[in-house]
Amino acid sequence: ETLGLGRPALPEEIAAWDVAVLPDGTGLPEGSGDVFTGDEVFAEKCASCHGDFAEGIDNWPVLAGGQGSLRDRRPVKTVGSYWPYASTVWDYVHRSMPFGAAQTVTADETYAITAFLLYSNGIVDDDFELSRDNFAEIVLPNAGGFYPDDRAEAEYPVFSVAPCMDSCREPVKVTKRAVDLGVTPEDPDGKPAGTLPDLTIAAASATEEAAPADESTAEETAAEVTETASDEMAVDPALVEAGEKVFKKCKACHKVGEGAKNGTGPMLNGIVGQAAGAVDGFRYSKPMQAAAGDGLAWTHEALAEFLANPKGYMKGTKMSFAGLKKPDEIEAVIAYLASFEG
Amino acid sequence: TADPLITEVQDWASSFGDAVDATPYGMPIHYESHVVRRNVEWLTESAVSSINFTPIHALEGTITPQGCAFERHHSGAIELSKQDYRLMINGLVERPLVFTYEDLTRFPRTITTAFCECAANGGMEWGGAQLEGCQFTQGMIHNMEYTGVPLRLLLEEAGVKPEGKWIYAEGADASSNGRSMPLEKALDDVLVAFFANGEALRKEHGYPVRLVVPGFEGNMWVKWLRRIGVYDQAVESREETSKYTDLMKDGRARKWTWVMDAKSVITSPSPQAPIRHGKGPLVITGLAWSGNGKIDRVDVSLDGGVSWQPARLTGDVKSKALTRFHLDIDWDGSEMYLQSRAIDETGYVQPTKDQLREIRGLNNVYHNNGIQTWWVRADGEVENVEVA
Repeated sequence: ETLGLGRPALPEEIAAWDVAVLPDGTGLPEGSGDVFTGDEVFAEKCASCHGDFAEGIDNWPVLAGGQGSLRDRRPVKTVGSYWPYASTVWDYVHRSMPFGAAQTVTADETYAITAFLLYSNGIVDDDFELSRDNFAEIVLPNAGGFYPDDRAEAEYPVFSVAPCMDSCREPVKVTKRAVDLGVTPEDPDGKPAGTLPDLTIAAASATEEAAPADESTAEETAAEVTETASDEMAVDPALVEAGEKVFKKCKACHKVGEGAKNGTGPMLNGIVGQAAGAVDGFRYSKPMQAAAGDGLAWTHEALAEFLANPKGYMKGTKMSFAGLKKPDEIEAVIAYLASFEG
Repeated sequence: TADPLITEVQDWASSFGDAVDATPYGMPIHYESHVVRRNVEWLTESAVSSINFTPIHALEGTITPQGCAFERHHSGAIELSKQDYRLMINGLVERPLVFTYEDLTRFPRTITTAFCECAANGGMEWGGAQLEGCQFTQGMIHNMEYTGVPLRLLLEEAGVKPEGKWIYAEGADASSNGRSMPLEKALDDVLVAFFANGEALRKEHGYPVRLVVPGFEGNMWVKWLRRIGVYDQAVESREETSKYTDLMKDGRARKWTWVMDAKSVITSPSPQAPIRHGKGPLVITGLAWSGNGKIDRVDVSLDGGVSWQPARLTGDVKSKALTRFHLDIDWDGSEMYLQSRAIDETGYVQPTKDQLREIRGLNNVYHNNGIQTWWVRADGEVENVEVA
C-alpha cells in the first residue's frame, strides 16, 4: 500500500548521487591510478593539510604510519594502522576531499591517491597501480581489528546490579582538578566562559557597565575600518562587513588581524597590494614561487582573478579552494582583506 | 533600609517599553547574553569542521531552544532551500524514488521528543577532569520535539527488497556525512524531521530536513538529508570506521556502538553556576537520559558517592529524551562532592569513569557516560574534579 508520492529516480540521477563504495568494492567506477601519479596529485591537492608524506600538518589528520601503536598511551590512527577497509579511503577522498573543494577529484585521481596512501603505509610497492580489477586484493593491516558492539554482554550485566545507597565507600579525596590544566575558555574576569552573573549585584548597574562597553567596542571597530579605508579609497564599511562573512570560507586556512600566523595557508595581513609569495615563513608552491620571481603582485585585479578560480589562475597552487563564484563576494572579501595592514 | 527599587518609581513603571514588532522573530533579552553556545577553539583545526556546546548550566526543563543547541558540522552549515531540496531513496528497493520537500509534507506525520548527544560528549574528560563547566563536559547534547515523517513510510513507498538489510543515510553538504544503520532501526523509530520545537529546523540543525535517530549517537542524525541507500551490508564509511569507533585497551576497536547509554549530570550547582546565595535552601538540578529507554531513577550524592539519595524526576519522563531531576536540600555551607547517577528502565546504572576505564582502557574517547563530580567549596565556588 503506497501513497504514490515522489517520482522515479532516473539512472543518471542515481549515478550522480549514489557514489558509495562498499567494503567488497561495490560502487567502484572504471579507472586506475598508480603510486607515482598519486604522489603528484597528493602534493597538489592534499599535502597542504596532510603533508607531503601524509604525515599531517598541525592537527590535520595523519594518514600514514602508526602501525603497532594502537595500545600505546598515544595511539596514531592512520589508514595503515587503524582503517579496516581501502574502500573507505576511496569513498571518502572521492566524495569529501579536498576539504573545501569536495567532489573535484576524478575517479582516476582517486585511484592514484589511494595507491599513494597504500604505498605511504608500506602496503604496496612504488610501482603499484590500483584499479577496479585489483581493488578487492587490497587488505589493510587492521582489517581484523574491529568487532561489533558487545556492550550488552561485556558491560550491561556488570552495570545492572542494584546500586549501593549508604556507606558505599571510604570518604573521598580529590585526585584530579580541571583548574590545574587551565584549558577552559574564560570570561574576561578569569571565570569559566559563560559563568552566570551574580544576582546579588543590582541588575541596573551591571547592565550599565556592560552596555556602554559593547557600544564603544563597536565604535572603535567602525573607526578603525574608516581610518584604514580613507588611506586607500572610499571603502564601504558594509562591504567590509560582508567580506568578513565571506572570509569564513577562508578562515580554516588563513588568519588575519592582530597576531595572525601562518597556518595551512599564509597569514593575510597587508596582502592587498603586496608582492606575491612574500609572507615570511610560508612554504609556497613552486608555481607561486615562480610567479613571485616574475614580479606578480596582489593588486585588486590580480586577487579578484585568483579568487574566482585559484587553480585556473595558477596551476599547481597549494590553495585547494574551488574559488568564489559570485563577483560581489570577491569584492567584499578583498575589501575585508584590505582592512588589515601588514 | 527600604529598597529604592520598590519605594522609587522606576522608568519601566512609568514610560513605554518596546512596541510590538521590535523584534519580529525575537531574541532572548540582553540580560541573558551569556547563555550562548560556546566553542573550545583548541579542540579542532577549523571552525567549519568542529563542535560547540549547549549552555546546559543555564537552561531548565528539558527542551533545548534551537538557538543554543550545540552544533557539529563537518564542512560548515550550508544553506539549502525547501525549493532546492531533494531526497533520493535507492539501492535495494523496488522503486527508486525522488521526493521534494512538498512530497514529504504529504506523508502522515508524527511527533517525537528525543535527545541528540554527540558520541564524543565527555570525551575530553576520559583521561581526567579537564574543562570547567558542564557546558564543556556534557554540553554536546540537545533535546527537541521533532515533527516529521517516519522513515518507515518512505521506505515502504520505495519497497525494500528482501535482501536489503542496512540503510545508509547521507547529507547534502560538502562533507557528505553518511552513516549506516540496520534496517530494523530504520523501520522502528527513525524520523525524517522538518520541524523542531514547533518551528522549522535552524540552518545549523540541517534545514530543511534532517534525520532523527532516537537513542543513537548524534553523528547518525544526518543533516541536510539527501539520500537513503538500501544495501545488503554496512557501507563502512569514514565516520563509522576511522571515527566513532571505540579503541579498547587490547588495541582492537568496537564498531557499531550506536546507542548512548544512561547518563546524568548536575547542571547547577556547577563550575559556571556557583552558589552565590550562601547556606540554607538550595536547589540541585540536573539532566538524565538513556538511549535504551526511559529514566527510572536518579540518585544524588553530596559526599562523592559514600551515600546516595533519590532525586525527584520533575515533569514528564519520556523514552530516549532528556529527563529533569531536582533535589532540594538545606545546605549547611560545608564542602560537597556532588554526583548524580542515572538508572534506566532496563536496570542499567550509570557507572563511574573508573569502572568504564577498567573495561575499556584509556584510549577510548567516545561514549563516556561516567559519573561527574563537582567539588562545591564552602564559598560556593564549584570545580570539576575526579575523586578516589
